[in-house]
Amino acid sequence: MTTTATVSSSAQTEATDVKSRVDPRGPRPKPFFTPRKIIIYSILFFACLYFLFPLYVMIVTSFKTMPEIRWGNIFAPPIEWTGEAWTKAWTSACTGLTCQGLSPGFWNSVKITVPSTIVSIFIAAINGYALINWRFKGSEIFFSILIFGSFIPYQVMLYPLVMLTREMGIFGSLWAVILIHTIFGMPILTLLFRNYFAALPVELFKAARVDGAGFWRIFFEIMLPMSLPIFVVALILQITGIWNDFLFGVVFAGTQNYPMTVQLNNIVNSAQGSPEYNVNMAATILTGLVPLIVYFVSGRLFVRGIAAGAVKG
Amino acid sequence: MQHSVSIRDLSLNFGHVKVLEHLNLDIAEGEFIVLLGPSGCGKSTLLNCIAGLLDVSDGQIFINGKNVTWEEPKDRGIGMVFQSYALYPQMTVERNLSFGLRVARLPKDEVERRVKRAAEILQIEPLLKRKPVELSGGQRQRVAIGRALVRDVDVFLFDEPLSNLDAKLRSDLRVEIKRLHQRLKNTMIYVTHDQIEALTLADRIAIMKNGVIQQLADPHTIYNKPVNLYVAGFIGSPTMNFLEGEVVGGAEPVFKANDGTVIPVKTYEFSQAPNGSAVKGVLGVRPEHIAIGEAAKTMPFATEVEIEIVEPMGSDTLAYTKVAGQAIAFRADSDVHLASGQTVLIGFDPARGSIFDAASSNRI
Amino acid sequence: MADYAVQARKSAGGGLTRFLYNTFIRNLSAKIAATPMMATVLVVFVGCTLWTVWYSFTNSRLLPTGEFVGFDQYRRLFATSRWNTSVNNLVIYGSFSLVFTLVFGFILAVLMDQKIRFESAFRTIMLYPFALSFIVTGLVWQWIMNPTLGLQGTMRNMGWANFTFDWLNNPRMVLYALLIAGLWQGVGFVMVLMLAGLRSVDDEIWKAARVDGIPTWRTYVSIVLPMMRGVFVTAVVLVGSGIVRLYDLVVAMTDGGPGISSEVPAKYVYNYMFGAGNIAQGLAASTMMLITVLIIIVPWAYLEFGGKGRRS
Repeated sequence: MTTTATVSSSAQTEATDVKSRVDPRGPRPKPFFTPRKIIIYSILFFACLYFLFPLYVMIVTSFKTMPEIRWGNIFAPPIEWTGEAWTKAWTSACTGLTCQGLSPGFWNSVKITVPSTIVSIFIAAINGYALINWRFKGSEIFFSILIFGSFIPYQVMLYPLVMLTREMGIFGSLWAVILIHTIFGMPILTLLFRNYFAALPVELFKAARVDGAGFWRIFFEIMLPMSLPIFVVALILQITGIWNDFLFGVVFAGTQNYPMTVQLNNIVNSAQGSPEYNVNMAATILTGLVPLIVYFVSGRLFVRGIAAGAVKG
Repeated sequence: MQHSVSIRDLSLNFGHVKVLEHLNLDIAEGEFIVLLGPSGCGKSTLLNCIAGLLDVSDGQIFINGKNVTWEEPKDRGIGMVFQSYALYPQMTVERNLSFGLRVARLPKDEVERRVKRAAEILQIEPLLKRKPVELSGGQRQRVAIGRALVRDVDVFLFDEPLSNLDAKLRSDLRVEIKRLHQRLKNTMIYVTHDQIEALTLADRIAIMKNGVIQQLADPHTIYNKPVNLYVAGFIGSPTMNFLEGEVVGGAEPVFKANDGTVIPVKTYEFSQAPNGSAVKGVLGVRPEHIAIGEAAKTMPFATEVEIEIVEPMGSDTLAYTKVAGQAIAFRADSDVHLASGQTVLIGFDPARGSIFDAASSNRI
Repeated sequence: MADYAVQARKSAGGGLTRFLYNTFIRNLSAKIAATPMMATVLVVFVGCTLWTVWYSFTNSRLLPTGEFVGFDQYRRLFATSRWNTSVNNLVIYGSFSLVFTLVFGFILAVLMDQKIRFESAFRTIMLYPFALSFIVTGLVWQWIMNPTLGLQGTMRNMGWANFTFDWLNNPRMVLYALLIAGLWQGVGFVMVLMLAGLRSVDDEIWKAARVDGIPTWRTYVSIVLPMMRGVFVTAVVLVGSGIVRLYDLVVAMTDGGPGISSEVPAKYVYNYMFGAGNIAQGLAASTMMLITVLIIIVPWAYLEFGGKGRRS
């Protein structure tokens, strides 16, 4: 059979050279530096530069003074590290109307994220459980529309929802944002819990029913204790998702409840006078900090969360 | 003489785990060798080493006299058939068969000739235009065999090729593979955990355990003269009966069971005759070598037993009882009426049995 | 509940009674528990969507009270240069974003699949932008691309006097500036998806290809890539529906500028609904977004689920 060139052809020719001299024995000789490896690692290295560059620039800029920034070298590390920009970003940067920095936005985001996460996950867990173990006529149709609905652009439902929340008297309050996050988190979370419960042995549920347990008892005493892993995944998904939201915050929360992302955008983009890039970058990092911490702490679970959401579409 | 495949002092470690240890194996041209053992015994690992899919830690592999230890799989002159078939799902059967040849830039008419021949041998001509999803399990495995066939190689490697098939198809394809071997006369190395496949197909069986070949012999020898307790217990269904006791040598050697029952073993061919002193031993007798009733009377050892449980199997009947206080199963013809609680005379000839040294567990 | 059930079962002789029983009483707890879901589906996903479509045919301005005017809003929509620019931008940004995200995501996944060292470190670095808000992403890249003090200024100060990287101020290049930021955020995610897909390919397929003597690159192109169809489709749907929603990134990075050269449909909708006091125009624009998504989703849903339904 004719030998055609392969990716590892160079490694092979090397092996052949050695072979003419010695009697091959043991593992194939594997030089550490093959052209193939060099290419792979250098591409990955340059990709990482692209991904890390903005993080580096953010950090470096946030610790510089404005005169130093005006010299115009975004690569250079600060000559004099100063936390002034951070203090200003947190306490006194102007967001258009007020000059209290990002801290009110941070607490607003906390006030939005915590209840929204809890409510949305709780409702989705019940949905998933009902869809798998208590199927009723039409339950699958509702689920299909729910999943389908997750692809509809939010803008399509935005205005009617504004009217609805206004009718309910909650427009411009935290309640409205929580409601909206619960609604739009429902498709993905329900899917997550439904698939998770579907993978549990159905005998467990049947045994509990034979023992006389009802809908809620089975849910609280059997299903919930078993679903800790998927709760963690849902938690990661919701905390990052809700924290990063901009659109719902700006529409539904009302000016006094603007979340951090909205206030950050206001600090940077509607500031009057000469822009303070160090403050901007400090504020940007502060806003990104919560999801970044969640990301680094959760590690593989984060990957699992996005994959679980994506694989089944 | 040149061997088709030779393995010299082969070892493989994954970290500190020794998967294969100093293996030596010579396979003659045209021989059908089965590597048999439980999962995790290293049989598939050995096959992957022969194929070149795994790097060995030490030792050498020769195929047709050529040292191929460092060769790529494609240059070793082997074809391989996998358990999951590993067909390329989006290609038709014809493409599946010819893909490797095309990549190797063989002339078009040669490719066509080889595909046609393989399809004809395996009787898959009507399937050539189909895709793997449209085939049954048995058909898929034929195509997988065909992919090895078109490579026109001397050595075929099979990695548990039938274990994804149901029982009926498995026995059909087993016959098919045997027929293929008789027709092609290639060297075949076949990995399985199924002893029926091993016994029916192999010229020689290598029984493996913990990365070591326990016994390498033809099926008859493996079955009748197992070298140690492990091989004796692994081969045969139901398993061989084992009686514990001691062997007392001399002019009239006997096996004394633990409860004192004396079984004369003069007819047994000792490989090393035991001396006068008693040695702890195990006497093994296969259930089908135990005679019942009249036939038992002529045996060197016979005893009356009470049957505990009877299992009619259709073609024959299995019965469970105790001899010398130890559990024994025996096989009777299905016409022989047996019932639990019944007392029957059973007997056997130690010449057909095996005696092992309890300490080393080796055959004596 | 039990009482109802018993009563209903007793009188379940008639078809109507049985129907009522099955519809309302059977699994009552489950139905009560699923009420939020049913309400969401009926009121929000179905109700609000239909409402939007319906009122896009009116001339509502400050309040949704207008009269039926047929396709007037749509005619106006497509006569507005800002909308046409927005659509154009989305098509350009979308096609590049989709192609590059998939291509780079796949290439990176293949490289990550080569039994490399520090795999999890590489993955962590590539994926972290995905955890960040579009606002954060937009603002960082806005700063990097700042013409005077960002990359361009730095390079000029370092001696390359002609170095030009002014895409944020360049109407013809601003979309590609958005693209750089968008890819930075999204490529890692697609890479993870693709890597999961690559890892799910049966190990024996790789072995078979090696025995067949098929070079690694050829195995990827001819065997593995076609096997990943499902992963690619999922990635296209997810990335695609994300592109249609593109809003936060533009708001943070360019706010549609310079001029209207980086406007996108989602921003047009928002501005008309909440800024310009021309609700029906915003609703018509959002209906167009809905149609775009349907064009992506319906064929996919049909292939994925319609096909399966027929087979089983």
